[in-house]
Amino acid sequence: MSTDLPVIQRQLAPTSSVDFDEKLAAYGRELRASSVDTLQINVGKLCNQACKHCHVGAGPSRTEIMTSETVEQVLAAIRRFRIPTVDITGGAPELNASFRYLVRQCRSLGCHVIVRHNLTVMFEPRQDDLPQFFRDHRLEVISSLPYFLEQQTDAQRGRGVFEKSIEALHRMNAVGYGIENTQLILNLIYNPVGAFLPPAQQSIETDFKRELMNRYGISFNRLFTITNMPIKRFLEYLRRSGNEERYMRKLIEAFNPATVASLMCRNLVSVDWTGRLYDCDFNQMLDLRVAPELPQTIVDFDPEKFVSRRIRTGSHCFGCTAGAGSSCGGAVAMNTQNIK
Amino acid sequence: MAYYKEDDLQRFVEIGKHRSDLFEKFMAWYQACQAEGALTRREKALIGLAVAHALQCPYCIDAFSQSCLEAGSNMEQMTEAIHMASAIRGGAALIHGLQSHNSVDRVSM
Repeated sequence: MSTDLPVIQRQLAPTSSVDFDEKLAAYGRELRASSVDTLQINVGKLCNQACKHCHVGAGPSRTEIMTSETVEQVLAAIRRFRIPTVDITGGAPELNASFRYLVRQCRSLGCHVIVRHNLTVMFEPRQDDLPQFFRDHRLEVISSLPYFLEQQTDAQRGRGVFEKSIEALHRMNAVGYGIENTQLILNLIYNPVGAFLPPAQQSIETDFKRELMNRYGISFNRLFTITNMPIKRFLEYLRRSGNEERYMRKLIEAFNPATVASLMCRNLVSVDWTGRLYDCDFNQMLDLRVAPELPQTIVDFDPEKFVSRRIRTGSHCFGCTAGAGSSCGGAVAMNTQNIK
Repeated sequence: MAYYKEDDLQRFVEIGKHRSDLFEKFMAWYQACQAEGALTRREKALIGLAVAHALQCPYCIDAFSQSCLEAGSNMEQMTEAIHMASAIRGGAALIHGLQSHNSVDRVSM
């Protein structure tokens, strides 16, 4: 991803002194939305896993979960403003009791629905029919699999997760997901297992396709590379391991202005389990709400007011602009030339 | 005292304080070598890692280990590259045993 030269660095400014908005301004840019094509709904922090890199800090003991009342408020906004794409995330969103209702309603409204599915949740009670449910409602499924080897995957996502994930992928393939010509889209997510940047998306996708097919007979559509965000559990890891300064320096030095035009925050609005609005899921986890002059909750949401809005930023935004960039749909720029 | 300091890796550019013309030439050459060409970035990073081990340069080992990860290599591949460098280095030492044999043969009955 990054073309950082090993050994030789030209820039030595302490990372704490580098401001994201100032960095953008130095390139004559500012971060504003261009449209509201997607509503990303975080239905809660409950998850059957507790991954070491999770920017949500999700896990089995989390109790923050969207109520059916808030789900109705979200649906009302989708219905009223005909939002074309709904991206459902968590936690493990399937563990929210209203998940299937939300999906059915969104599909009946004609929305394209994406679900961020962690694979192993289908082994939880009453979840074993998830592949069929996804298929029946033609959902786009995006699933994390940080590596095609057990050691790396379990190191990040917990012991036994790799084996379950492989079984889950078999089940997804069995109903047609990730199989050519079925139109059932199964995309995978690569996260670095540690404090380093992801490789070039195309390069690592080729490896994943070859290795998952050769080793396990598994196929999928696309692999998206996502940079680990210095937020919550991953930030705790960076601090605990003494990597925070080094990682932040890496992100800042790999800043690529070519990524800015395609950042996900420019096209989506994020809503949390209580109905509050944010520019992205990362801002949500930092409680960095949309600009104060805008409606703050889904009840008052109006896309007209959000188009071209100023996006709130922080040092974590360097995670989305490093190298080839990072979004919920993976890398965003082909040009990875460093500009320092 | 420790002769090798991690922070010195960030100070490499200070070599250019003297004879900056030579340093700039080195930088241009170094950057050109790093660019993706007939070899991929991943292959070049693995070569860098192997050479770093053969030279036993702690700065290069650190930097190219990170480069290999960020180019998509895993520990199996990186360890194979390190073994390659080590085996060639070991072989290069061992083949010189013949110099010793020749030397002994020259004075032996």
